[in-house]
Amino acid sequence: MRTSEELLKITDLHTGFRIGDNYFDAVDGVSLTLRKNEILAIVGESGCGKSTLATSIIGLHDHNKTRVQGEILFKNKNLARMTEGDFNEIRGLEIGMIFQDPLSALNPLMRIGEQIEEGLIYHTDLTKNKRRERVLELLNQVGIPNAERVARQFPHQLSGGMRQRVIIAIAISCKPQIIIADEPTTALDVTIQAQILDLLIDLQKETGAGIILITHDLGVVAEVADRVAVMYAGQIIELAPVEELFANPKHPYTRSLFNSIPQMNSGNEKLNVIEGIVPSLMKLPRQGCRFAPRISWVPESAHEAEPTLHELSEGHFVRCSCHNHFYFKGEKEDIHHELYANK
Amino acid sequence: MSFMQINDLKVHYPIRGGFFNRVIDHVYAVDGITMEIERGKAYGLVGESGCGKSTTGKSIIGLEKITSGTIVYEGENVTNRRRDRNSSYNRDIQMIFQDSHSSMNPRKRVQDILAEPIRNFLSLTPQEESKKISELLEIVGMPEDAKVKYPHEFSGGQKQRLGIARAIATNPKLIIADEPVSALDLSVQAQVLNFMKDIQNEYGLSYLFISHDLGVVKHMCDYINIMYKGRFVETGTKQEIYSDPQHIYTKRLLSAIPDVTPVGREERKRERIEVERNYQQEHAQYFDENGRVFDLVTLTDTHLVAASASGLQVKEGI
Amino acid sequence: MWKTIVRRFLIMIPQLFVLSLIIFMMAKFMPGDPFTGMITPETDPTRIEELREKHGLNDPWYEQYIRWIGNAAQGDFGMSYTFKRDVGALIGERAVNTFWLSLVSVIILYAIAIPLGVLAGRYHNSWLDRLIILYSFVSYAIPTFILALLFLFFFGYTLGWFPTSGSVDIKYDPGTFGYVMSKIYHMLLPAITYAVLATTTVIQYLRSEIIDAKTQDYVRTARSKGIPMKKVYSRHIFRNSLLPIAAFLGFTITGLLGGSIFIETIFGYPGMGQLFISSITSRDYSVITALVMLYGFLALLGSLLSDIIMSIVDPRIRIE
Repeated sequence: MRTSEELLKITDLHTGFRIGDNYFDAVDGVSLTLRKNEILAIVGESGCGKSTLATSIIGLHDHNKTRVQGEILFKNKNLARMTEGDFNEIRGLEIGMIFQDPLSALNPLMRIGEQIEEGLIYHTDLTKNKRRERVLELLNQVGIPNAERVARQFPHQLSGGMRQRVIIAIAISCKPQIIIADEPTTALDVTIQAQILDLLIDLQKETGAGIILITHDLGVVAEVADRVAVMYAGQIIELAPVEELFANPKHPYTRSLFNSIPQMNSGNEKLNVIEGIVPSLMKLPRQGCRFAPRISWVPESAHEAEPTLHELSEGHFVRCSCHNHFYFKGEKEDIHHELYANK
Repeated sequence: MSFMQINDLKVHYPIRGGFFNRVIDHVYAVDGITMEIERGKAYGLVGESGCGKSTTGKSIIGLEKITSGTIVYEGENVTNRRRDRNSSYNRDIQMIFQDSHSSMNPRKRVQDILAEPIRNFLSLTPQEESKKISELLEIVGMPEDAKVKYPHEFSGGQKQRLGIARAIATNPKLIIADEPVSALDLSVQAQVLNFMKDIQNEYGLSYLFISHDLGVVKHMCDYINIMYKGRFVETGTKQEIYSDPQHIYTKRLLSAIPDVTPVGREERKRERIEVERNYQQEHAQYFDENGRVFDLVTLTDTHLVAASASGLQVKEGI
Repeated sequence: MWKTIVRRFLIMIPQLFVLSLIIFMMAKFMPGDPFTGMITPETDPTRIEELREKHGLNDPWYEQYIRWIGNAAQGDFGMSYTFKRDVGALIGERAVNTFWLSLVSVIILYAIAIPLGVLAGRYHNSWLDRLIILYSFVSYAIPTFILALLFLFFFGYTLGWFPTSGSVDIKYDPGTFGYVMSKIYHMLLPAITYAVLATTTVIQYLRSEIIDAKTQDYVRTARSKGIPMKKVYSRHIFRNSLLPIAAFLGFTITGLLGGSIFIETIFGYPGMGQLFISSITSRDYSVITALVMLYGFLALLGSLLSDIIMSIVDPRIRIE
């Protein structure tokens, strides 16, 4: 799997939002490759830039307020330089997108069948009858019983899980090579989440597509991902195959996150709390280790001046050298722990 | 000994229809729930959206009209008691909401938000009140100058802590927490959960923790009730529910939770499919012909499960 | 659905009854009666008194009310004192005039407002948008009678493009082609005036709906399908943005019969609005009460129509 074909190659991507007269990069120098047949998870907390990364790839950001620099190479074309018109040749056809909230992501006034059919009208030469057949085939493929009837229904008549299946049907309608799934199960109940994730894995195996899965849920990552990129403050701070990352997390941020998950703890143990808060886009320090202010007990000398990604083992990259010197508070010395001190 | 007993609680909403808009049917939002609450313990109410867990919480605190059943608090029947400032029940039971932002008046300063329960339930002089507010802020780890700020000036986690500060202002005995951390990021969620545990230990609080997140509930609660369609399908201690689930619905729910390790995920997927198949097959042993959950049957002192007689026999046979 | 419609009509009965009582009382409380205007220094007071007695104006109010409501229920609203004609027939004649005028007005209104609203919404924050907003604010700020008088003076008298009063040229016989053309010709100027004044609401509504719709998730989904932006607008954004306009359609349709007091009065157009104001100044109770009852009924009908229209265009709303 490691050597399989590269689908998408992102190099030094910067996506900035205009605030006033300045651009502030929400995605700040991201380089990534997506391969055929893999599920690449991008994980991070709100505001880390993971969703912006997704919309940059598919050009769905607001062009008036956003600046995209760098290279997103897909089939020898740089998506970062594309116009809206060029993008329409790629969106839906070669890159499909799955969204978070299945209710608001569907047009409330349009029948399900029509909404799935739309992409087919512009990307294929199928006749109307063939398109209808394809819609029913897609509905079956995503596990919707009674496809005939559902195609005639409106979004509000379906349950949340069914709607998410419809969204997936839309994304895969033209058999894209890349699927970007932005928090596809966040709005769903756990049992439905499990079904949708299983469906995604099955579809991926069937079609051989590469999937970029954006999520904040490490549990979801563990269940479906092949490789994982952890993002913090616009940068990838750790990138590794999923088994490696969960068995051997390196970056202080990744380790802190793992220790914050309730279900890993047995009970009375305290959950790990990361000091401080994520800095806002405008206040973000653009130099040095972005995570340094939140592990203030680690000496400054432990960080690199301009942290870069280091390959520790095959495919396992970590940003900054501070992971070599990191320890949890109280691990080494009994530091007075101001648990709730709010800096 | 429990200080509060909830007995066969039901909340039904009428469905109106027909020419004269008469009541033609009911939504059985909560349909016969029985539980006891002991001091210093945390109770989890877990279920999927629409199962009635939030309605249960709201009806206990008096925000929903109870159709039938009783709530007895320290020997006194408080069912459907109007919320007023003179009742000790209303002082002792407080609530934390999922979206603490919209539960706070955006035009009021933090000191006024926190003063409201104090003024309603405790008669304090302005100086004492001010001191109490400072104490509350200190308990939830917020700086003194937060007093004069407005809710929108705080982050999600801070707002949730303000919501907690407001709930504990009257020294309550029970806090009903309705999805208190669902909207928060992992690291912030950890902070709020830690803090809720701290004040529980310190003040001997009881929690009714309403959540769809079984991980959070496992971390926080001593007893867990699994709810489905307005009824409990299984109740028990944390260990009993997680290590020895009896009801097929509980098993299904547990198998759906993603494990935070990629090791063995293929096997988990097979298991999930297996459980799902059992769920379809054994449906009749756990739900009656109308799809209603059976009454609870006692397995041990603490562990109860809703199943028909045949369902129980099958289990014993295994 | 039919059940609901029948039920809504039944609910209207008590509503209209209460309305009729209020109207009747208020009409009675107004100072003067139809004969006050006939009093001159030469009038014999006993003659007036006789007339009052004859028309039952000296009876207790409830007796008058019962007589009136009983007749009204049979469609008889009495005689107009000033026009000396049956009120029903009088209103019917005026209603036809008003209906055609309003219909033309509304067509012109939507013909102007929908394209402008769509353009402003689609290219919002551009100079075009600002221009349209400026126009809509100006038209909103100008009082009706000033714009009406300006148009009348400028297009009617100075340029002489349009007739300045009446609803038809008397030289044509009803039913001929010239008669119809003359009617339309007389309607144009008041209709344009009305339309210009009413555009603000429609433009602003449509514009903000479109701006709002552009940021909706379903529009992002549509874009992610790779369909051309033009189609995203026509199939998703515009269609959904027209919803609130459709919601108003019921009121607009029933409003067609209401007429505009200002426009009709200033343009001397014999419609309902003009009738209403003239019957108030001449204390013509039977006409006033009948008109207000009609307006009340139309308002209720309008809301019912709107609900029905919404249930047709918005699949999320279903009337049982």
